[in-house]
Amino acid sequence: MKTGMLAEAGKAIGTATRARPKRRVLPLDYARRRSIQALLAGIFVFLYFPIVALVAFSFNNSRRNVTWQGFTFDYYVKAFNNASLHEAFTNSLIVAGVSTLISTALGAMLGLALYRFRFPMKGLVDGWVSLPIVIPEICMGVAMLAFFAAMDIQLGLATITVSHIAFTIPFVAVVIRARMAGFDQSLEEASRDLGAGQWQTFWNVTFPYMGPGLVAGALLAFTLSLDDFVITFFTSGPGSTTFPIKIYSMVRFSVTPEVNAASTVLIVLTLTLTVIAMVIQGRSGKQMVGK
Amino acid sequence: MSRAIVSIQNVSKLFGSITAVDDVSLDIAEGEFFALLGPSGCGKTTLLRMLAGFEIPSSGRIMIDGQEMEGIDPNRRPVNMVFQSYAVFPHMSVTDNVGYGLKVTGVPRAEIDKRVKEALALVKLDGYERRMPGQLSGGQRQRVALARALIKRPKVLLLDEPLSALDAKLREAMQLELVRLKNAVGITFIIVTHDQDEALSMANRIAVMDRGRVVQVASPAELYEFPNSRFVADFIGKINLLEARVAGMENGRLLADAVGIGRVAVPFSGAAKSEIGLAVRPEKVKLDRSEPAVGRLKIRGRVREIAYYGDESHVFIEDGAGLTITANVPNDARTTQGPVAVGDEVWVSWAPADTLVLTE
Ligand SMILES: Nc1ncnc2c1ncn2[C@@H]1O[C@H](COP(=O)(O)OP(=O)(O)OP(=O)(O)O)[C@@H](O)[C@H]1O
Ligand SMILES: [Mg+2]
Repeated sequence: MKTGMLAEAGKAIGTATRARPKRRVLPLDYARRRSIQALLAGIFVFLYFPIVALVAFSFNNSRRNVTWQGFTFDYYVKAFNNASLHEAFTNSLIVAGVSTLISTALGAMLGLALYRFRFPMKGLVDGWVSLPIVIPEICMGVAMLAFFAAMDIQLGLATITVSHIAFTIPFVAVVIRARMAGFDQSLEEASRDLGAGQWQTFWNVTFPYMGPGLVAGALLAFTLSLDDFVITFFTSGPGSTTFPIKIYSMVRFSVTPEVNAASTVLIVLTLTLTVIAMVIQGRSGKQMVGK
Repeated sequence: MSRAIVSIQNVSKLFGSITAVDDVSLDIAEGEFFALLGPSGCGKTTLLRMLAGFEIPSSGRIMIDGQEMEGIDPNRRPVNMVFQSYAVFPHMSVTDNVGYGLKVTGVPRAEIDKRVKEALALVKLDGYERRMPGQLSGGQRQRVALARALIKRPKVLLLDEPLSALDAKLREAMQLELVRLKNAVGITFIIVTHDQDEALSMANRIAVMDRGRVVQVASPAELYEFPNSRFVADFIGKINLLEARVAGMENGRLLADAVGIGRVAVPFSGAAKSEIGLAVRPEKVKLDRSEPAVGRLKIRGRVREIAYYGDESHVFIEDGAGLTITANVPNDARTTQGPVAVGDEVWVSWAPADTLVLTE
C-alpha cells in the first residue's frame, strides 16, 4: 500500500514537471528513484507474501495447499475440533501464562535493582543478565536439557515453564530498566517527605510509573513464550506438546490448510498482543511529555 | 528573637573526599523566613536535604522543634519540602497530589477533602481539582507542590530554589506570593537560592555560604550595608573595590592609602591588618562636573561606557591609571538625555561613612 502511494506520488510529480527542465534527483529524494521504489516493493513482497499466502490458504477449500479451490472456514472448524491441537494450545497458554507471571515479577525486580543500586561488579552482572538474549536459542535448549537430565528431572510442562521463565526474564528486565531511566527520583523523596513509608512509596509512586513497562514486558514475555519452538522442543516430554511443536509435527506429515489455520490463529494472537503493548507504551510516552 | 525551631550544630557533610558542608552552625527562630544563599555548589541543597532527612550528616547535630533528628526518617520529621523540580506526581490529579500526604498517614477521607479544599484555596488553585499535572503550567505545578507540603502543617517548610524554573515576571509575582503565604500560615520557611535579589526581597535573615561554610548570617539590609568580607560584599549586589594599605588610626578613623585616591580617613572600629579593601556601592557614588567638597573620597576620570536600564543607568568611569568605578545614576527626569555622556570628564565621589572597610 505504501509503495503504491509512493509510486503514485512519483508519477504525479513526473507529469507536473515534464514541461519544465528536469529537476535533478538528490540523494535524499529516495522516493523519487524508480530503482529504489522497485527495491522497496520487492522487499515488501519478499517479507509479507509468504505470510499472506499462509493466511489466504487457510481458507482454501482443498486438501492440498497448491491451488485455490474456493473459500471455506472448514479447516478452522476442523482445527478447533482437533483434540490434540486443542490440548497443545491449552498447554501453550498454561506455560505462557505461568512463565509470564513469574518472569515479569522477577524481571521487574532485576530491572529495578540494576537501575537503582550501585554494587561491586555491576557491569559484570549487567552483561550476565543480557547473556540469554544473545546466546543462540539452540544452545539454551541443549543446556536446559542437559541440566534437567543431570538433575534427573522428568521433562514435562514444568520444565518447559522453568526454561521459558529463564529466557524471558532478561527481556523483561531490559524493558523495565529502559522505562526507569526516565524516572525522577525526587518523586520518591517527595513521597517519603510527605509521610509515606518505603513500601507505600513503592506502591503509590514507583510502581505506577513502572506500570506501562510491566505491561509491555509481560506481553513481550508472553509472546516469546507462546511461539517459542527451539527451547521448548528440547525441554518438553511426552504428553507436554505445545502449540508450535504440534504444528511442527503436523507439518511433517503434510501441509494441510488445517496447519495454516492453526498458524493463522497464532499470528493473530501474537500480533494483537504486540499491538496492545505498543499502544500502551505509546500512550505512556505521551503522558510523560507534559512533565 | 523567639526560640530556635531549627538548630544546626557543627554539621559537616562529606561525599567521599568532597566536603559539601563544612562545620555549619545555625539557629533559625520560629516564624522566620530564612534564606540560604550562595553560589552554585556551595552546599545549600545538601544542608537543606540534611534537614529533610535525605542526607545524613557526617558529623554534628540537627535539632528540629527541640528534638534530635539523628536516626529519624524523612517521613517522621516535622518538616516538608518543596523540590526544585516540584516532583508533582504525574499520574495523580491535583486533588490526589495535594491530599497524598494525608492519605498515606491515614487521615479520614472527609477531613482530607476539607483540607485539600483549604490548601487549594490558599495557593489560589480552586477550580483545578481534577486537572492532571501534565495539563498545568510551571507556576501552577509549583502551587500544587506548595499546597501539598503546606497541607501537612509542618513546623518548617523547606524550599529548594522554588522559583528558578519560572520566567522573570512570574518569579517576581511568586516572590510576593510566597511572602503572603508565609504570613498566612505563620510557619518557618527556609529557602535555598543562589539569586541574591530573591533572598534580599523575601527573607528576614540570610545565611551566605561559600564552599560549604557559612560566612555571614544577617538581615538583608545588614548584609548589604555591612558585609563582613569581600566575598559577601561581592556576592550581594555590586561593589567598587579599591585595594588599600593601612597607615594608622586617628580618633576613631582609619587612615589608609588607597590605589587611585591617596590618603583617606574612614570611620572604622575594630582591628585591621595592613592590607584592606575599601569598597563602595555604586548607588552611593556621586558624579560631578566640578571638584566635590573636601572630606569626600574622590577620583577624577572619564566616562567609558553607559549601560541604560530604564529606571537607572550604570556609568563606568575610568581614571588615568586604569581603575574602573561604577556609579548608578537614577534616571529621575523624563528625558532621553542622561546627565553625562561617554567621553565626559567627571569627578566621582562618595562620603567617608559610605565606605566599607573589608578586612577579610
Ligand atoms: N550525592 C552526592 N555525591 C557526591 N557529591 C555530591 C552529592 N551531592 C552533592 N555533592 C557535591 O557537594 C557539593 C555541594 O552540592 P549542593 O548540591 O549542596 O550545592 P548547591 O549549593 O545546592 O548548588 P546549586 O546552587 O548548584 O544547586 C557539590 O560540590 C556537589 O558536587
Ligand atoms: Mg542546589
